[in-house]
Amino acid sequence: MVQPVELPDRIQVGPVIDEGHSLASVSDKVGGIVLKRKITLGWVFGLLLAFAVMQNLLAGATWLFVKGVGVWGINIPVGWGFAIVNFVWWIGIGHAGTLISAILLLLNQSWRNAINRFAEAMTLFAVMCAGMFPVLHTGRPWLAYWMFPYPNTMDLWPQFRSPLIWDVFAVSTYFTISAVFWYVGLIPDLATLRDTAKTRFTQTAYGALALGWRNSARHWQRYEKASLLLAGLATPLVVSVHTVVSFDFAVAILPGWHTTIFPPYFVAGAIYSGFAMVLTLMIPVRKFYGLEDIITIRHLNNMAKVTLATGLIVAYGYSMEAFYGYFSADVYERFASWNRMTGPYAMFYWCLIFCNIITPQVLWIKRIRTSPGILWIVSIVVNIGMWLERFVIVIVSLHRDFLPSSWSMYWPTIWDWAVLTGTLGFFMTAIFLFIRVLPMITIFELRMLLPGAQVKEPVTP
Amino acid sequence: MSGHTIEYIDPLYGLMAEFDSPSELVAAARRTREAGFRKFDAFSPLPIHELDEAMDLHDNRVSLATLIGGLVGCCGGFGLCSWVEGVALPLNIGGRPLISVPMFIPITFELTILIGGLTAAISMILMNGLPMPYHPVFNVERFAGAARSKFFLCIESADPKFDRERTAGFLESLGAEEVAEVPR
Repeated sequence: MVQPVELPDRIQVGPVIDEGHSLASVSDKVGGIVLKRKITLGWVFGLLLAFAVMQNLLAGATWLFVKGVGVWGINIPVGWGFAIVNFVWWIGIGHAGTLISAILLLLNQSWRNAINRFAEAMTLFAVMCAGMFPVLHTGRPWLAYWMFPYPNTMDLWPQFRSPLIWDVFAVSTYFTISAVFWYVGLIPDLATLRDTAKTRFTQTAYGALALGWRNSARHWQRYEKASLLLAGLATPLVVSVHTVVSFDFAVAILPGWHTTIFPPYFVAGAIYSGFAMVLTLMIPVRKFYGLEDIITIRHLNNMAKVTLATGLIVAYGYSMEAFYGYFSADVYERFASWNRMTGPYAMFYWCLIFCNIITPQVLWIKRIRTSPGILWIVSIVVNIGMWLERFVIVIVSLHRDFLPSSWSMYWPTIWDWAVLTGTLGFFMTAIFLFIRVLPMITIFELRMLLPGAQVKEPVTP
Repeated sequence: MSGHTIEYIDPLYGLMAEFDSPSELVAAARRTREAGFRKFDAFSPLPIHELDEAMDLHDNRVSLATLIGGLVGCCGGFGLCSWVEGVALPLNIGGRPLISVPMFIPITFELTILIGGLTAAISMILMNGLPMPYHPVFNVERFAGAARSKFFLCIESADPKFDRERTAGFLESLGAEEVAEVPR
């Protein structure tokens, strides 16, 4: 095993897990949140609020299916409205979970052990939200299975040269592999819950989910191998998913979409928004559940650094887009760039620049990276900024293309907002249920961080 | 423990020793192996890589299965695209090639990952003999600690070198905190 390199104190901020924790105490603390902690009024209130907001989705989707996609603000030339903006936004948020669980595992970053379970859960729920939008956008969700290749009486097959079909495969693979990786990670922790649970019902429920895991060394050896393989497979997968999403745009010839910078810049943007969302959720959770000793300031500091780094890549992407618009010497490309900055949606563009480029620069300051309150506000600003980015890419590019005679404006209707807020409610409902039902921190990986878990062997001759 | 005894099967599954730290467990596992025992297992609340070497564990079948799964996904994905676009529904669009390799790569790639990843997870679970609703080791009351903070080593009665008294003495000589019998 490669030992992680210890950085000097000047760079590190605080420990990766507070001193004083033992193998037993981390199990009891994290498991206790699920098994022992009483249901608090705050949790009930939060869940009910999220659940109430989720009803917007019920109303929005029902009306959509009754009337058709005309209830949204979409029309020619803007055929891709909020649905695609929200799809790209949600799927981007998901990317941080896989980055933390897979890429940081391969890079031997032990600080990820405290946050990967939560981030992966966030990934799953975000991808669920994302996946709803293309299906809703078809307007005929009962025919969505036509996107999959299966022998049918119409003798038709999907067009495998279309990025939209690539999306179907990329997103469904992403969801499946994320769910599998998450469940595999859960098995030993479910066994811990099973063996510490006191009531018959919890013992049976967690016992069934744990599949009879008994912490055997022979099992661990295969388990570690499978985890590593899954991480190795999930790493190129997460890069490919947002690349394929960017192909939805880049393969088209529309000015503002048809650029080769899209794949890397979309992937960086995805990780950027994902880390911002992890911070948005993690900062309140660690406070309300008293997890400051496990999700330490060092975690926040590291996540803030990743946010800043990916934010800078995104900033580079914006400047290159603007530069290429000019440098292409193509009248349509030039106009597309100019229209973004000065057209009818210029407000959105400049808000996006403020949220995504200017605001995160405060993260250069260590004091801000280590103060949860300010970091939380910055993360929310970044979330909004990334949503605006997708709005600018999708709508501002579409609304004025080649022929001025086909130009038009797009404004969302109340049903657009209902579905967007409804998925936010769905997401938060799922998060609220998750933190009460499953251990939100990977207990067995936390144990690996403890000094008591290291093997000190006598030197054998 | 049920009242039934099945013929020819030892009602004793094995002997289990409890240890306090991973270092003791690794040392004990190494000495158990060196003493010639083969049917034994170590239990710990976290993966201990030193145990792989101490117990001589090197099962690479999960990797092999994943490789095969990935190759199946890769060939299947490319084959699916080629068959659909070339045979099942050939569309001549301006004389462009029917088998347009670059355009088939995303689907090929995604299916490689999908089948490979599913194989990795499922083969790991099946090769570990899971799901397993019952196992004798859980009959030891203190064994629940293996999922929390304790370390255990269990020598099975099926091992040819197993002898109830001598093996119990051997386990105690390894510095075990407690040696318990594991009823089947």
